[in-house]
Amino acid sequence: MEKNNYNWQLKGILRIIKEMIFWAAGIWLFIYCWNIISARTMWPFVYDGAEQAIKLLARMFPPNWPYFIDLLRPIWDTITIATLGTIAAIIFSLFVAFLAAENTSPHPLLRQLALLIIVTSRSVSSLIWAIILVIILGPGVLAGIIAISLRSIGFVSKLLYESIEEIDEDQVEAVKATGASKFSTLIYSVVPQVFPSFVGTAVYRWDINIRESTVVGLVGAGGIGLQLNEAILGLKWPDAVIIFMMILSLVLVSELFSAKIRKNLI
Amino acid sequence: MILLTENKVKYSWQRPHLIKSKNKRIIIFLLFAAYLIFTFISLRIDPQRILLGLSRSQKYFGDFLKPDFISRWDSIVDGIVESLTMTYIATVFGIIISIPFAFGAAENISPKPVYYVSRAVIVISRSFQEVVIAIFFVVIIGFGPMAGVLTLTFSSIGFLAKLLAEEIEDIDWNQVEAVKATGASWPQLMTYAIFPQILPRFIGLAVYRLDINFRASAVIGVVGAGGIGTTLNAAFDRYEFDSASAILIVMIGIVLLGELFSSFIRKKMK
Repeated sequence: MEKNNYNWQLKGILRIIKEMIFWAAGIWLFIYCWNIISARTMWPFVYDGAEQAIKLLARMFPPNWPYFIDLLRPIWDTITIATLGTIAAIIFSLFVAFLAAENTSPHPLLRQLALLIIVTSRSVSSLIWAIILVIILGPGVLAGIIAISLRSIGFVSKLLYESIEEIDEDQVEAVKATGASKFSTLIYSVVPQVFPSFVGTAVYRWDINIRESTVVGLVGAGGIGLQLNEAILGLKWPDAVIIFMMILSLVLVSELFSAKIRKNLI
Repeated sequence: MILLTENKVKYSWQRPHLIKSKNKRIIIFLLFAAYLIFTFISLRIDPQRILLGLSRSQKYFGDFLKPDFISRWDSIVDGIVESLTMTYIATVFGIIISIPFAFGAAENISPKPVYYVSRAVIVISRSFQEVVIAIFFVVIIGFGPMAGVLTLTFSSIGFLAKLLAEEIEDIDWNQVEAVKATGASWPQLMTYAIFPQILPRFIGLAVYRLDINFRASAVIGVVGAGGIGTTLNAAFDRYEFDSASAILIVMIGIVLLGELFSSFIRKKMK
């Protein structure tokens, strides 16, 4: 009997060579970028970093526990910014997503417009929107709410229009066959298919927005970021550590809350 | 012959509601309405200030519509290069460091103490927004892109490790047992049974994180951690809205390119 020389390999030789070229390119790029960053870094400060971190932690203790009372209103503002911002974004996203999805868009030009809105909204972070809005509307919670909603429209619309494009067209045809109007067809065939993932996306975005709302105050848009800015500019580290603890608690509570909602609705 | 004309039943179909129990639905709706009303009342909005702001901003926003790529071009290029390099290095570091934490945080393959420690690290990394972490690093190691690299690395660890851990927890254990049955050692088990199952999603996550890190690198510049954010902040501070809008357009362009890149990668994976 012939002896077959089989040596099993996970990948063929050509594929391995391609992958090695890919890895080599990646590593070369990494070294190139590292040199750029390294040239702009003050290395003595970096080596000093661990020591500075310990000194910083020492300055943070003992924490200024009574400051907690002054933070209750800002935390409430932060939650307001996140919640109202997400709600406003959800309402707009419904329109934008239906215009952006290939199978429900009334006109290709409207579709491109909707896609442009989504890309612009996604590319600019909430904090940058907040800077712009504080210039227009002045400092305060309203600027924060609008900033959060401007960013969230892109996020929610993108996921929503992608799920609209993936629906089962047979259901749409079935409802159309009963003689339903265009609007009714949307409501009874498209919406039920995308609704569960839409709710999940909305709750997920609310969760992310809670985090973003904590920092929009740094540029004046309300919430606990205002107190954080004050504490850091004034180097009031015992206050700052209380703020950090509050932010951590807020995020943990909101995560539990959103996990509970997602469990109950899906 | 019996004519069933008396028992006329009216059929009316209603779509099933999201929240099944009627009482629960009403209570939740009322609570939510109460919350909205209470919040709207507590919002302190000054209409006069808004009108004043709108009229003032009309003056500035004329500039916003005329993007000026030329006068600050050098700063823009400098900032973009810093942002891109920061993004790449931070994502690479983030990927490397997140892998052990992901394995530590996967319930099905990790011992309990390691699991809890890994999950704690992930929670801390994810709870604070990048800007807050950036403030911390800027205080410790000074201004500049290195603080930005450390910030983005730290926040990437939580994101990647959490999603990767969930992926590991969902793997098909039969494949692992099959490879174990051939007598594989633990490293071989990881390479041939676990990695191939998580690799596609992991690559998708890594590319997504590249995108997120680029957008974040624009923001952390506001607190001094380098990147296009410092240029943007400077433009806003100087009320140079034409340069600012040019910077925003460049940013949007790069994010678009990134999206093309990620859909290209996704096609290559299939």
